[in-house]
Amino acid sequence: MTTTLPQRHESEAANSKVNNFALKLANVNGTGSASANSLLMQAIFRMGIPVSGKNLFPSNIQGLPTWYEIRVNKSGYTARALDYDLMVAMNSQTYADDIAEVASGGYLLYDSSWPLDTELMREDVTFLGVPLAKMCLENFSSSRERVLMKNVAYAGALVGLLDLDLDVIATLLTESYSRNEKLLASNQKALRLGYDFAKENFSCPLEFHVAPMNETAHSILIDGNTASALGCLYAGATVAGWYPITPATALMDNFTALCAKYRREPVDSVVAGAPDSIQNNYLILQAEDEIAAIGMVLGASWSGARSFTSTSGPGISLMSELLGLAYYTEIPAVIFDVQRTGPSTGMPTRTQQADILLCAYASHGDTKHILLFPANPHECFEFAVASFDLAEHYQTPVFVLSDLDIGMNDWVVPELTWDDHFVPDRGRVLDDKDLSEIAEFFRYANADDDFVAARTVPGSAEKGAYFIRGSGHDKFGKYTEAPAEYQEVVDRLKKKHAAAAHSVPAPIEIRRPGATVGIITLGSCDLAVREAIDELSALGIEADFLRVCGFPFAPSVREFVESHEHCFVVEQNRDGQLRSLISLETEVDINQMHPVLHYGGFPLSAVQVVTAVTEKLEIRS
Amino acid sequence: MSSPTKPLIPLAILPKNDLGLTVRDYEGAMSTLCAGCGHDSVTAAITQMFFELSMPPRDIAKLSGIGCSSKTPTYFVRGAHGFNSAHGRMATIATGANAANRELTYIGISGDGDSLSIGIGHLSHLMRRNVNMVYVLENNGVYGLTKGQFSASADIGSRSKRGVPNVVAPIDPIMLGLSMGATFLARSFSGDKEQLIPLLKAAVAHKGMALIDVISPCVTFNDHEGSTKSYRFMREHEVKEIETDFVPWQQEISMPHVKDDAREVIMHDGSAVRFRSVPDGYDPHDRQKVEEYIRERHDRGEIATGLLYVNENSSDVHEMNNTPEIALSKVPFSKLCPGSSALAKLQEDFR
Repeated sequence: MTTTLPQRHESEAANSKVNNFALKLANVNGTGSASANSLLMQAIFRMGIPVSGKNLFPSNIQGLPTWYEIRVNKSGYTARALDYDLMVAMNSQTYADDIAEVASGGYLLYDSSWPLDTELMREDVTFLGVPLAKMCLENFSSSRERVLMKNVAYAGALVGLLDLDLDVIATLLTESYSRNEKLLASNQKALRLGYDFAKENFSCPLEFHVAPMNETAHSILIDGNTASALGCLYAGATVAGWYPITPATALMDNFTALCAKYRREPVDSVVAGAPDSIQNNYLILQAEDEIAAIGMVLGASWSGARSFTSTSGPGISLMSELLGLAYYTEIPAVIFDVQRTGPSTGMPTRTQQADILLCAYASHGDTKHILLFPANPHECFEFAVASFDLAEHYQTPVFVLSDLDIGMNDWVVPELTWDDHFVPDRGRVLDDKDLSEIAEFFRYANADDDFVAARTVPGSAEKGAYFIRGSGHDKFGKYTEAPAEYQEVVDRLKKKHAAAAHSVPAPIEIRRPGATVGIITLGSCDLAVREAIDELSALGIEADFLRVCGFPFAPSVREFVESHEHCFVVEQNRDGQLRSLISLETEVDINQMHPVLHYGGFPLSAVQVVTAVTEKLEIRS
Repeated sequence: MSSPTKPLIPLAILPKNDLGLTVRDYEGAMSTLCAGCGHDSVTAAITQMFFELSMPPRDIAKLSGIGCSSKTPTYFVRGAHGFNSAHGRMATIATGANAANRELTYIGISGDGDSLSIGIGHLSHLMRRNVNMVYVLENNGVYGLTKGQFSASADIGSRSKRGVPNVVAPIDPIMLGLSMGATFLARSFSGDKEQLIPLLKAAVAHKGMALIDVISPCVTFNDHEGSTKSYRFMREHEVKEIETDFVPWQQEISMPHVKDDAREVIMHDGSAVRFRSVPDGYDPHDRQKVEEYIRERHDRGEIATGLLYVNENSSDVHEMNNTPEIALSKVPFSKLCPGSSALAKLQEDFR
């Protein structure tokens, strides 16, 4: 053992690190580290402590660097942390960088089966060597287990070092491997190896560690893609068209699994003696490309089913033509865009909020769409349900813009709830009875206060039949090339879009007395910005908060900009797309908003917001 | 300019079908295509076919992409919903529509540009999925609306109106269908209503994707000397060896069965397709034989027409997915939403 441990000081500073620290685990992808890492995160959650886990992974199946970050924070600040109290360095390719990232006074756990290059050592970091490979070589016979169990062994060491509840861990393992006793035994054994080694060789626990709390009793640990899929299930979606793409694939995978569980209905056989069969009250079509995926959605929605697709930026680019068709012909559609880093292929496994303008104006010609911006998986569920109501009410595409951070990471969020009295808003659809009461049906005539005209669906009484077309049409639905007739329809579409401002989820506003600074943000920036606002307050800067949840914008967005001397817009893209959209659509001067942009592909941290705001204010004052 | 509407003059002498409707009830707006366009003959055949089948107009849905052919759904069955979508994308919209409501009879009208260039991927996958619909490909070898460019079905050596020969190999939708797993492949000629109407009826009766490649000359851009999609060329080179009759289910009962499998095909609704004539050794169920026959004829400069291939025992997209007998769009919300207690229970997995 080359490692020496400093003596533990029971100072106030050390106490403040209880339930307040960050870990980073550096692994090689494809080696089975993910389950060990999420085991740790889940255990902390079950101990009632606010926690987040962020998977920073490569676009690759095996062999490239991957990291997992766990932030434990008793106050609920669980945005990405940038200083790590403990690094688990399991990837020799990235040793140097990983060691450099440890906070001064922090720890680094490494596999001491091989000596660590002394040049990499840092004076201000404590190196904890655990002979993981050696342990697993001695205790496991199959080569596969010898690799996999190293992860569980370091998790065991962390259980000791961080004072995680062994019973909680044991329960989690039993739940995970209930169907594979041999694997369960191996996991238990590996966990114990690491745990015992840490207990024997290190002073456990470290000054930063966990202590049980009761903050997560009414919370769940869920990723956004699962929550969105649940929303689609509950909203009553029956037809989905999709094409696989990171980071959206899991949304449809989850919807498929949920449908298999909740949408399969036993049917009595009509033939005596024949076995009863099962019918699927859903149809999920894996399309040949995203163009086909959205085409299927339009066909199904035109026919009166609730239908959706899930994709990411490249898919939206491909869908653009048909999105314009949907907009102009007024067909409902729900599109989930789990945003990743662009442009082009970009970085498929990294997060960004760079499809805002693309989605707002998707397709050629004058088009404008409804956008929803969930900030976490809980909102993914709620906004998913809302999106179908909005799409059918306004007869138009609705985009739910999540991102990779929300979609693929597990978040601690309040439990999802459902009102059994919920009645979906299917919009203005005329049935046979309605048609029998009118003299004649014209598709785009007689719009209501929201500028929405009643529609009919294929199979309706013949009076309701019409020819839907993406070519120029008048308010009766007839082909036209006459300027006035054409303009009458597109002008109504503009008003219809504007009318949706009162129906999309309202912005979340938090005002502080005496604030002269305003910070506007959206989506997954939420937690980092809220934390930044508290930190700014500690620095004597009071800032109001507004999180945009939907587009078209509520009037309060413009009022917020105009009522603050210094207004910042925090978002995850290079060009300040939300800031531009606010200016374009509310006509507020773009220079009244200062951009705070974070777009390298990893989730936002509070410190990045604090730095940007303080720097700007010092320049101004 | 809006589409002219046909004057509806009641004529008592028009025969009525089982629903008491006349053929006029299956018409639509007045065509705005060029006088003599092959597509108008196809429209007339479709109109007649639906009339003869006594199909309620509301049970039909018409779809198309973009192009001259794609304009035509507005010219037939005005009582049916229609969707004039985007260039090459009709197959995708039809797939979604069929997914949501399997109760309707879908007919898609497309052209060679729409289907064999921009939309060939979607057409291929439509065949793979075996979406239950009639797909009429009005094939004239030329882009009409953009004034005369060659399409992907133009034959090598075929000359444009300006005399320029085409040098790129053509795509034959029937050969494409054979390799994509299509379950109903027919070819006809717009000028031959007698052949086309029974083929259309059989396509409607077929459970799955039924493709009819209809050579439909473009009088304005591709009906000249040197064109292989002209009326004259077709009249001189068409080979009608695989002639079929369509026997509706009601009549089927009283008609004796034909012993030879290659001569009679019973469709899933009980109706029958009878081959009046097939060449010796030809079996419309045998992909390989069909392919050989078409190639052989093609090499002789001939165009084989008729019901070329059929697999009447295939599963369509709904059967593959065990969906309900009724339209998915009609399944009540109470069956779709699992409710609050299920939500509470399933969240136990997220703790």
